[in-house]
Amino acid sequence: MTARDLAIRYGFLVLMAGLIVVFGVTASGFLTVPSAVFILQSVAITGILALGVTCTLVVGGFDLSIGAVATSALMLSAYVMVVWEMGAVAAVALCLLMGAGVGLINGFLIVKMKVPDLLATLGMMFVLLGIQRIPTEGNSIATGMALPDGTTATGTFSPAFLALGRLRLGDVLPLSVVFLLLIAVLVWSFLELTRHGRLMYAIGSNAQAAALAGANVERYKVAAYVISGVLASVGGILLAARLGRGDVASGNNLLLDSVAAALIGFAVLGASKPNAFGTAIGALFVGILLQGLTMLNAPYYTQDFVKGAVLVVALVFTFALTGRRTRSA
Amino acid sequence: MDGSAIRVRGLSKAFGPNRVLRGIDFDLPAGAVTVLMGANGAGKSTLVKVLCGVHPTDRGEVTLGGRPFAPGSPAQALRAGVVTVHQNIDDGVVPDLDVASNLLLDQIADGSVGVASGRKLRDRARAVAEAVGLRVDLRRPMAELPLADRQLVAIARAMAHKPRLLILDEPTSSLSAAEAERLFALIDRLRAQGVALLYISHRMSDIRRIADRIVSMRDGVVSGVFEAQPLDTGGAVRAMLGRDLSEAAITIPAPGPVVLSMQGTVLRPGARPFDLIARAGEVVAVTGLVGAGKSALAAALFGLAAPVAGAMRLDGAPYAPASPIAAIARGVYMVPRDRRANTLIADFDIARNLSLPFLRRHARGPFLRRRSEAALGARMVAEMGVVCRSPRDGILTLSGGNQQKVAVGRWMAEASRLLVLDEPFQGVDIQARRDIGAKIRATARDRATLVLVAELDEAMEIADRILVMSEHTVAGEHRNENLDLSSVMRQVTDAHGAAA
Repeated sequence: MTARDLAIRYGFLVLMAGLIVVFGVTASGFLTVPSAVFILQSVAITGILALGVTCTLVVGGFDLSIGAVATSALMLSAYVMVVWEMGAVAAVALCLLMGAGVGLINGFLIVKMKVPDLLATLGMMFVLLGIQRIPTEGNSIATGMALPDGTTATGTFSPAFLALGRLRLGDVLPLSVVFLLLIAVLVWSFLELTRHGRLMYAIGSNAQAAALAGANVERYKVAAYVISGVLASVGGILLAARLGRGDVASGNNLLLDSVAAALIGFAVLGASKPNAFGTAIGALFVGILLQGLTMLNAPYYTQDFVKGAVLVVALVFTFALTGRRTRSA
Repeated sequence: MDGSAIRVRGLSKAFGPNRVLRGIDFDLPAGAVTVLMGANGAGKSTLVKVLCGVHPTDRGEVTLGGRPFAPGSPAQALRAGVVTVHQNIDDGVVPDLDVASNLLLDQIADGSVGVASGRKLRDRARAVAEAVGLRVDLRRPMAELPLADRQLVAIARAMAHKPRLLILDEPTSSLSAAEAERLFALIDRLRAQGVALLYISHRMSDIRRIADRIVSMRDGVVSGVFEAQPLDTGGAVRAMLGRDLSEAAITIPAPGPVVLSMQGTVLRPGARPFDLIARAGEVVAVTGLVGAGKSALAAALFGLAAPVAGAMRLDGAPYAPASPIAAIARGVYMVPRDRRANTLIADFDIARNLSLPFLRRHARGPFLRRRSEAALGARMVAEMGVVCRSPRDGILTLSGGNQQKVAVGRWMAEASRLLVLDEPFQGVDIQARRDIGAKIRATARDRATLVLVAELDEAMEIADRILVMSEHTVAGEHRNENLDLSSVMRQVTDAHGAAA
């Protein structure tokens, strides 16, 4: 292996290790358990969304609606509990169903209606951002809010539901982080170890060839959007459980952050393609960077700039350095 | 002119551990056509890329007209007088511009000709065109020109640089016979003008027509130079392959039971219905011009497009696949044409490309069994004779012939009832073509095999029986024994006459 190959393969991981060392030395309290937990917790929701969008990237698609699905799940769960006064199970189930349904519609638009993926999911994003505001006339949802028919909402967030976002295992590890790790392992196994994942990669690389090899291309594409929708709704549920209210202004950054994590993942281990491990590392990388900078008193408004810069560097890693080398003979 | 336009001594080039050129020595005399022959992977393309400035050399020296020649870029090579016309013509022209602009593209690019001056532009372009005997309307967009004219435009443009060396990389691969003859006439004129020509081709008829000398390459070295007239083309092929190749002698096996029968099949509205039968153990070649309906036949058999009318039976049972998935389930496999577009997964290694249609076989439940897949990779690499370092090599690191072996091997890994191969010899060298052909015949015993080829000699090389398609119907059928070539050719070119 040449130095260049090594740099491509391990460059990003070395960069991340270097970052941890630098912050560990300069920011007191960075190398502590609470700080590590905080980082994990801060990337849990974007990480879960990013793993979903990774699945759509694998089949050569893209899902721009994930952020809107997550905020829709946030509003829906709040509405179910606060206005309809139903329990945690109903709230979670309806949110997951909503996510799967959005994924199905995305898949239908892309596969059957032949709408390009970016446009179909962009349209769906607008629809969802609009629809989640209609039942409450644009207001946030909380116990005691006035409803459009003049009554007052009396339901409350169920404690079991709030636990999803607030419970810590052994008083240390937040449940949302456990969900992130679990989902990361599941998505990684699915994509790397199963024949379904293999076919999805084949479809992303050459859909025509995959179809002629007997792959059900349409079904796998739809499945990818359903996975993406469901995982985005999981992210929304966790966000709702953490906030404890249906806040219309939350989740603005979810889409960009999770797409960035998935794209940064291309550079990890020189994969040059969407992959679950890379996505998880990508999310973590952004989390570490932001936490470190925050502890060094960098102002919050520099965060988006930092994320953007990391993304651009990662993309250069992926596309400039790893240009596919083919033998010419 | 000092007689030798280009001298190459000890030229070496490696890509990583892969030593593609291992000390090339040869001369290219002015005013002569040197044909470069070599199997895919012999290093021809790399040699060309070194000469035209795409790759730097590792070792060795090249002199052009007595002066050292080491171009750092294609533009430098061009200025020094080394001009290359690549295989893919559209790489060299701008389809949206008119012919005149294309002819003067280099001058427009370096600013010596202004685009605005329409009339002056055309006058200069006409001079360039006439230098190569090209007569087309200079105002026509390039995209409207037939392929042969587009190629002549590319050559005319190249000639405007007053080249000392003109390299033509498989220039006739997409030309008709008449178009190729125009190209040869031009080559004759350039030779008379004292240009050194390096001509790369696999076609024996081209080589006999224009070669003054032949340089054979094998495994990165020059394995033979043939200059004595008449040229020893047999010797050149031997030098390129490293051994003698006998003509494929076909022994037609006793026909087995009928596997596929098509009755009253109509492939497109208005086409004449035809019947077709394929038996176990036989290899049937379906030949015909591009657009004769071969691909429509393949599409019908593989469930890509249902025929307009007619009934198909497979092993006696009705067969009407609605998709490739349904076709594969019935044991009907197809190796599609154009491996890069339709077969290969560029991101996958050899083993993963091989296992793609039969992943279920290499999985327990949903989980893939790596060991089973690796075993398949090793087995098919050995069976098909794929030249590679390991089955984990990326598919695009292979030469064209080896890629094709993987594409064909994918569908040979499992037993089939009917195997359809659409242009399996597309873009492969003679050696790989013989290997693949032999493999198809050797494994044909328990299935019916249909091979769709546009080239009649490929059909004769592989088939027990040859069907001729024309106008989307079967125009004739021949046992591949004492073939009446004139009758076959008549059927290929004229459906109505053959139908009578």
